[in-house]
Amino acid sequence: MRIELEKRANPSTLYSVLSPFLALGLTVIAGGIMFALIGKDPVSALYSFFIEPLLDIWSLHEIAIKAAPLILIGAGLSICYRSNNWNIGAEGQFIMGAIAGAIVPVVFHDWHSPLVLPLMLVFGMIGGALYAAIPAFLKAHMNTNEILTSLMLVYIAQLFLDWLVRGPWRSPDAYNFPVTRDFAPEAILPELIASGRANLGFAFAIIAAVGLWLMMRYTLKGFEITVLGQSERAGRFAGFSSKRMIWFSMLLSGGLAGLAGISEVSGTIGKLQPIISPGYGFTAIIVAFLGRLNPLGIIAAGLFLALTYVGGEAVQLTLSVSDKVTRVFQGLLLFFVLSCDTLIQYKIRLVFSRLGQSSEGGAH
Amino acid sequence: MGIIEAILLTVITAATPLVLASLGELVSERAGVLNLGVEGMMVMGAVLAFAVTQATGSPYIGVLAGIACGALFSLLFGFLTLTLVANQVATGLALTILGLGISGQIGEPYVGMSGIKLQPIAIPLLSDIPFFGPLFFKQDIIFYLSIALVFGVNWFLFRSRAGLKVRAIGDSHASAHALGIHVIRTRYLAVMFGGACAGLAGAQLSLVYTPQWVENMSAGRGWIALALVVFASWRPWRLLAGGYLFGAVSISQLHAQALGIGIPSQFLSALPYIATVVVLILISHNRRMTLINTPASLGKPFVPDR
Repeated sequence: MRIELEKRANPSTLYSVLSPFLALGLTVIAGGIMFALIGKDPVSALYSFFIEPLLDIWSLHEIAIKAAPLILIGAGLSICYRSNNWNIGAEGQFIMGAIAGAIVPVVFHDWHSPLVLPLMLVFGMIGGALYAAIPAFLKAHMNTNEILTSLMLVYIAQLFLDWLVRGPWRSPDAYNFPVTRDFAPEAILPELIASGRANLGFAFAIIAAVGLWLMMRYTLKGFEITVLGQSERAGRFAGFSSKRMIWFSMLLSGGLAGLAGISEVSGTIGKLQPIISPGYGFTAIIVAFLGRLNPLGIIAAGLFLALTYVGGEAVQLTLSVSDKVTRVFQGLLLFFVLSCDTLIQYKIRLVFSRLGQSSEGGAH
Repeated sequence: MGIIEAILLTVITAATPLVLASLGELVSERAGVLNLGVEGMMVMGAVLAFAVTQATGSPYIGVLAGIACGALFSLLFGFLTLTLVANQVATGLALTILGLGISGQIGEPYVGMSGIKLQPIAIPLLSDIPFFGPLFFKQDIIFYLSIALVFGVNWFLFRSRAGLKVRAIGDSHASAHALGIHVIRTRYLAVMFGGACAGLAGAQLSLVYTPQWVENMSAGRGWIALALVVFASWRPWRLLAGGYLFGAVSISQLHAQALGIGIPSQFLSALPYIATVVVLILISHNRRMTLINTPASLGKPFVPDR
């Protein structure tokens, strides 16, 4: 038996809507099998993973908190990937944004002003964008592969943050704990709704995603991104510069990752510490693909992946399952999304045998 | 044993996994498949090698388990990118994310457990040569394998008929297909070879380099291996040299820390990553040279017409 693909004349509209849901369904089934394998009742495990977090206010806030960085980063990455620039170092840009933004409340902690927070956010965006400028410069002007350079910079950013909070920025009154001083109240990102927990980061995420959606749909820039991503040659004939697009998409996604970073430390953590992200920068890659590289789809995808973080914590508590299941779920999800996307461009046929040909699984 | 000998020994231990993982990726890329999942396959190989060694008491069975696990795990990538023509970059990332997740879950009970080290095998007579003997002829089986594989892959790619076919597929899958070469089947085999090598590299980490299981213990080596392939411009001998160069860089931080040089440890730990970026810049800024060396259909999807 082998699988044969037949190219569709036109991409299937049905499957381009259906494929993310198909992928979700398959992930849930695979997740159930996984829970059964480790000796847990799959139904109750899946219930507490995917449903329970939706039933109480605290968890919903938690989902909004975790969705904010995922949507911010994922929306930026979608522009990158659409234009065929493979920035996979958003985790590093997130960290550098957090560090740059934290300069204000950590270094100038005696300065109190309503300007502190806006300045932090701007610094955060600049920090993330500048860090993404490194792979952008290297790709545009030195012809260096951006996948590898942006990823290497993640490790460097993590080590830099580790050095800062253990060295020069360590709080004088933290009893040798590797943390910076707590941010002053005016350096804390306000809550979205009073008495809730979710902060303005979520609003930034929605604004950014909708803004990028409008850009992709109604502006020349959006058209330029699509054309250059599909065919650099065609883009050149249209007078678009792929070098400028490298800069644009990398700085944009870096800036958004940086904003996510400073929003996270300012809104959720309240200080810098050696680890400030449970891999948001990498999970956002999954978000971008699950959202079919469409900023509006990314809002939904970001909420869903935030649910996997919260659900993962829930099953850890209720069923004493390791929190690693979250990562497995996320990896499986990306696999299924990518496989289901094949259905958009191709018809899949199972071929059992063919006259005059052996049924070996090769190319004929 | 002199201090220089001791340092060189650690360089060899640090270089071996890089050489192995990048060698596998080299073959896969020569066939035109860019597998960014090296890190995931490596960490899967590491955890399974460790777990099987604990269960059987024999690190040799552990090594075999690591190889098999890497090869099987790469099949997942092969199925998506070759059969379902999914995007290779995204699928490779998925493989890495999934590998890090599953390995963390499998490895949970083994955290903090002391492992069984793969013992060196002294080759009679040769290991008695002063200086070189203990360095090159009193090593574990994985080191010997890594050197043999570099020889073997070089011979295979440039001296054998099958290797010529692999390179033909990597340079133009359409022409190779027209000539009757089984593009998809060959690519499956190349991807699985890459997976097996990455799994073996992982086994080296958890059985030789630091005989224990630590979550995410591959620590970016899979990515460095990918960079090494570019560095070596897809040639096995240069890859061997590059692997040892990087091994030396990554181990130099440990020695510098031991010597108490007044540089923060984080900066030293960042050295291999910084070195990777610098090397990539040096190698690739000449656009013409890169174009000549890169397999022309690298990363491009192939659907056979019929």
